[in-house]
Formats: sequence, structure tokens, C-alpha cells
Amino acid sequence: MTGIASSSVQPALLDERSLYLRQLVVRGLVGGNRGHVGSSMSLIEILRSLYDEVLRFQPDQPGWPERDRCILSKGHGCLALYALLADKGFFDAEELDRFCHVDGILGGHPERGKVPGVEASTGALGHGLSIGVGMALAARMQNRNSRVFVVMGDGEINEGSVWEAAMCAGKHKLSNLCAIVDYNKIQSAGPTEEIQTLEPLLDKWTSFGFKAVDVDGHDMSALSDVFKSVPIASNRPTAVICHTVKGKGIPFAENNPKWHHHSKFSPEILTEMNEALRTPA
Amino acid sequence: MRKTCLNMVHQLAQQDPRVVFIGSDLSPGLLQEMKEEMPARYFMEGVTEANVIGMAAGMAMDGFVPFVNTIATFITRRSYEQVALDLCLHDLPVRFIGNGGGVVYAPLGPTHLAVEDIAIMRALPNMTVTAVADSDEMVRLMKATLDWPHPIYIRLGKGGDPIVSHDRRGFEIGKGIVMREAAGTGAVVFVSCGVMTNRCLSASKLLSRQGIDSEVIHIHTIKPLDEELIIERTHHASLVVSVEEHTRIGGLGSAVAELFAERSGMPALVRLGLPDAFATNYGVQDDLLSLNGLQPDQITNRILNDVAQKNVA
Repeated sequence: MTGIASSSVQPALLDERSLYLRQLVVRGLVGGNRGHVGSSMSLIEILRSLYDEVLRFQPDQPGWPERDRCILSKGHGCLALYALLADKGFFDAEELDRFCHVDGILGGHPERGKVPGVEASTGALGHGLSIGVGMALAARMQNRNSRVFVVMGDGEINEGSVWEAAMCAGKHKLSNLCAIVDYNKIQSAGPTEEIQTLEPLLDKWTSFGFKAVDVDGHDMSALSDVFKSVPIASNRPTAVICHTVKGKGIPFAENNPKWHHHSKFSPEILTEMNEALRTPA
Repeated sequence: MRKTCLNMVHQLAQQDPRVVFIGSDLSPGLLQEMKEEMPARYFMEGVTEANVIGMAAGMAMDGFVPFVNTIATFITRRSYEQVALDLCLHDLPVRFIGNGGGVVYAPLGPTHLAVEDIAIMRALPNMTVTAVADSDEMVRLMKATLDWPHPIYIRLGKGGDPIVSHDRRGFEIGKGIVMREAAGTGAVVFVSCGVMTNRCLSASKLLSRQGIDSEVIHIHTIKPLDEELIIERTHHASLVVSVEEHTRIGGLGSAVAELFAERSGMPALVRLGLPDAFATNYGVQDDLLSLNGLQPDQITNRILNDVAQKNVA
């Protein structure tokens, strides 16, 4: 579980469900003719694990007070979240066809109150963890067992506000809070190691008072083991560094900074995407 | 005013379990009694303005009414994006209390002068912007905050300001108060907020000695603006004078000018406030107000001069 380097992330074949969820992302990309391709594809297994196996929620009652909260702080990866929420029945999958449309509810960044199941409006980076800290403290004050999961991007954690929130979470020993980093190693401008060095990332979170672990962010079994065991330490918040591949599942987009965001998809590109995500017969 | 405001947070917290207090890095012993009485709802989080606003938003999303307090410049400038998105976009009932609105921190220089706070807060959708006149009015405001469903910026004055407000005039967020009525139509009408209202009341008395009839409208809530009252009380005025401890860009005077610009036949408007410049002097609050012509005798002379020059509609 610990000590996973990016090079050790195996190019494992995606199973049927992971392919299906990516197909939903592509449905949104086609609907809007735009979207954050790489940023959404790296997130799929993280969100799949949370929504399939870990989070407590009621799609017909999104405001159920006892639910676990999941904040997608890297809001630009919203197509992955929309895929999961549609799959779980928070809204009809047909909404994906109207992604970014003037009359659609699914925008290029997720909005609380507009999209059932979205806990916080995000898009500007570095906001989700502080909101999550507030929610975790609220749960503590209200004696609720709700847990709060905050999914951040690796570029996002350049923001100073993330570390203000981390310091605060550590101080309050928020064991009901789990910070997740989608560590795909590529931010908008290029490789994270060139733009703003994050390493030693595990040590950073540990030093801020978290119980921090590494995991292969596309390995469903490993993700499930980690997320199901949150809180990993009884008196500390958890940080899960998920080593992922940007654009995972779309060969030409994988690890390619140019596919962070893309618009105006040609028919050839869409054919290639659909081919890559075709469910085996 | 600050002490009254914070004591009210404690009192409201005793009445209502939704109330929590979040400070950044304030005076030692601040709200000590509340801290001891209800430690679970008292937070002092250090110099992390962005974080405390986001944290307050998270709590408000789950039913709490957080009162966040730090120095006005930091809570408005430093954490502007958090205020805009975490509070205003989500339209949450968070109250943020800014110490030292205006030039209260005169000796500390321009880093600590909150002179454009009203302008930048007023520009945000869903935001309520308040600047009460004195500590008595602060009590009324604080009571009214409990069930107001939107974020509220509470601008604090220095403290020890003369009490000019009164219970009999009532208090409602978004409703202005006529503090001194003119004898008839064609008067000079002051529109002011915060502690400038007491200066306007003094100026109004000085003007009456000169035979000039005037009225003072106190706008403790700059947003939402009580447009109805302002129009009703000013449309027959000979001159309208907005007075604020704030840059002339974007504050109360601008709000009144915007209102007048959309109506025909409104009287002339003189906007008194601070210039579009960083302060170059220290001293105390009164020194900077004097340097910028905002003391009662200076306001009076300015109006006498305008009247003499027939700079009046």
C-alpha cells in the first residue's frame, strides 16, 4: 500500500465497469464538444471505488444528513463525477448530452444546488479542503458519523490555501476527513516535477498531521482496501496519494499534457476514443 | 463596537446552537468566556484567512451560522475568492466581522486601512454589506443576523463612538433610518453610513445655525440598498450629500449615484469620502478624516460653499 512510485503503476486492462464509466465521460465530451479529458479519465477508479464501495448516500435524497460527503475539489474533472452520479441515479444520464449547454445542469465545473449529489461548487482550485474541514467539524459538533472525502488534483495542491486547510485538519485531528490527491503527475502547463515540485508528497501530508498512504489509483482492489479502512488512524485525518495516469484509457491522451482539456473533437478522434473504450465482446 | 459585537456572538451562541465563532489570530483572551463555556463552538485558527472562510462555508452547508472575525482588510482583500465563491456563490449564512473598517488603523498604514471593503463586497451577488453607526446599533444588527439567510459583511468602527442610534427608530437589515428630519422640502439631505452618520448629525446642527435646513439618512445596510427610502427622502432635496469613510469609488456614494443615474429629475449629488489613493499619513482615525475633509465643520463648510456657489439643483 505504501511506497508506490509512478513507474510502478501497471498498465492494467480496464474492466468492463471502468470502460463503461469512461464511455459516460465521452458522452459528456461529445455533448459539450469540449471537456477536461485527461483530468477526468485519471479520476475514474478513485470515484468508482468511493461511490461503489465506500460512501453512504441516497440518490433520491441527496441532502440526507447522515450521508458521507464527497467534494470534487478539482472541479475541472467533473465529467468523471457526473458519470458516477448519473450511474448512481442522482440524475438521468441524458443530462450528459447537454454538458455545457445553455439549458443544461452540468457545467464545465460542478455546482451545488444545480446538480443533485454535488456537495460544493468548485472550479477555482484550493477551496475544497477547507470546505471539507468545515463539514468534518460540523459532523463532529452534531455527533454525526458522516465522513468527508475531498478529491484534489496534483496541480491544485500548489495552492497555499490547501496547506492552510491541511494544517487546520491536522490540528483538529479530523479522523473523519480524508484528503485524496489524484497524482497523475501532469498539470495544465506540463509535468508537475517541472512546474512545481511536490515531492516528498507523502512526507508533506504526514508532517501536516495526516496518516498518509500511497496507492495505485487505478487498482480497484488497492483503492478499496485503503478507502474502506478510513479513518486509517483514529486521531488523525487521512491523506491518500493516488498514483494515476492522466488520460487513463485513451492511449493518445495518456500522459499527454495537450489532452488536459480539449474541444472540437474530430470524428476520427471520437472513433479512436470509442474504439479504445469498447467493451470486450 | 467591536467588544459589543463579539459579546453578541457569545450571547447569540447561548441562545442558538447553530452559532459558532471562528477567529484567525486575534487578541489573547478574546471571547474567553465563550471559549470556556462552549469550547466545541469556539475556533481560533491562526493566520489562515482563506481557510477560515472555506471552513465557515463547510459548517454553514451543514446547518451552522458561523461568525468569522479578523481584520477587515484581510477578511475582504486576502480571502476575496473564498468570500465570492465559498460564501456568495453558495449563498450561505456566514457572517464575517471586519475589525477596523475605514481608517481606524491609521497608525498602522495602508496595509491595514479597509477603505475599499464596501466596494468589493458590494460587487458580490448575494452579499449583504453593513456598517452600523454605534455599539447600540451593533446589538440590533447582531440580533437581526441570526435568521438572515445570506452572507453578511459586518464592518466594525473603532469603538467608543458616540451613541446616535435609538431603539425607537427600529432596525431592519436593508432598511435605512431617518436620523434627523428636515423641517421642509428643499433641504440638504445627508446619506451616510457607519460612524460618519454621527459626523453628519453634527454637521446638520451646524448648518441649521447657518439657517440651512438639512436631514440625515443613515444607511447601515449598504447592500441591499434601501432605494425606496433614499428616493422618497431625497427627490425634493436641494442637494444630496453622501458621506462615507471609504474611497469615493464603489461605496455608498457610488450606490446612491447609480440609483440617481437611472431616474430623471434627481437633485445634485456631492459624494464625500476618501480619495483614490493610498494613505500617505499615519496619526489616528480623526487625523485622516480631517486630512480628507470628513469632520463635521469641514463637511459643513463644504456644503456652505456649494450652496454659496449655487452648485445646487
